[in-house]
Amino acid sequence: MADKRKLTIAVSALNAIDSPGPGVAVIRALREAESFDVKIIGLAYESLEPGIYMHDLVDKTYQFPYPSAGVDSVLERLEYIHEKEKLDVLIPNFDAELYPFIKLESTLREMGIQMCLPTMQQFEERHKMNLNEFGEKYDILVPKSKNLNDISEIHRIEEDFDFPVLIKGKYYDAHVAYNVEQAKTFYNRISAKWGYPIIVQEFVHGMEYNVTGLGDGTGKTISAIPMRKQYITDKGKAWGGISISDKRMLDLTDKFISQTKWRGGFELELMKDKENKFYLLEINPRMPAWIYLSVGVGHNIPEALVKLALGEKVEPFGDYKVGKMFVRYAWDMIVDMKDFQIISTLGEL
Amino acid sequence: MNIKSNIALSDSGFIFNPDTGESFTVNPLGASIISYLKEGKTVADITIELTKVYEIDANTLEKDTEDFLGLLKNFSLLTDG
Repeated sequence: MADKRKLTIAVSALNAIDSPGPGVAVIRALREAESFDVKIIGLAYESLEPGIYMHDLVDKTYQFPYPSAGVDSVLERLEYIHEKEKLDVLIPNFDAELYPFIKLESTLREMGIQMCLPTMQQFEERHKMNLNEFGEKYDILVPKSKNLNDISEIHRIEEDFDFPVLIKGKYYDAHVAYNVEQAKTFYNRISAKWGYPIIVQEFVHGMEYNVTGLGDGTGKTISAIPMRKQYITDKGKAWGGISISDKRMLDLTDKFISQTKWRGGFELELMKDKENKFYLLEINPRMPAWIYLSVGVGHNIPEALVKLALGEKVEPFGDYKVGKMFVRYAWDMIVDMKDFQIISTLGEL
Repeated sequence: MNIKSNIALSDSGFIFNPDTGESFTVNPLGASIISYLKEGKTVADITIELTKVYEIDANTLEKDTEDFLGLLKNFSLLTDG
């Protein structure tokens, strides 16, 4: 049997913590790819991101500047890493990273680093801040929301919303507020961490569902896997989930991909209300932390995403296994102090 | 009223609805009723089958079966057809 080609792939979001980044799950999927072998280069923001120390998954990790450091800093660091590692593909897995990486896409392509990302227009219009317009444009049911840039506006939210409401950050964080006082507290807490605007969103009561999938940029659905959250942490993250076959969720996903011509991985966050209507709460423009379930149901989405990044033709996966569950767990790794010291001082391990 | 064709029922009485991801457990009698429904039997047919096994009058059994079907309907396990 011929040897599989070997690709060097950089992956971010190695923070496999209680609110996990998708990086480790993406890497697990890439390690099981049938069409290539991988050398994995981790990109880490903090010295205690668990993926840094998972040497059976990650071959080498480099400290990486936060997106807030600016596009130039990100590029400078990538040039350094690329010189040493000769990257073939880069998979950014944080929402906040996507803006600089979409900006850098053509520069990186010229350097020989391929990515499979949404366009800047797709990235912007699916933003939480623009969800109302998105729902209207693509005829998708979304909860009513409003962007706030001044705390004084909090006192007037009762004019537009009934409590409870969701108070959400631009990129992360969401809290349910039952009165103006709570809304104010969450407004201050989230704005201090993530900046403005703060999004107030109608609270839809119901059952939480997610879909992860992959669009090829032409409007074709390469994969769509609906999942019902079975166990939810106090941070609202799925700690257990099961693949399901709801046709309406699949139709909604096809509609999202075909109309936006979405390119890359994504996660749709949905709520089914008591009248069985699905509301689209959020569109995350990257693969979710539970992406390894896609491998479990027979669609290796990260592998297909790499092939799309390399400009290869990828056919839709088709059917998937229904009733496959993921159950997340936490475990303690024993790490030599030397490793921590090296990544902290030299910025690479 | 029919049970949805894709509803999975195990020998131990575990029910999985692949559309919603919900799961339920039923006792052996509930599992028997669901199995009969999957075979396309009506409430009248089911009543006849069960009175052969259980010492109960047909009227009570029919009423209890209808109640059980109401429960299945509430959990979206039945189709209207």
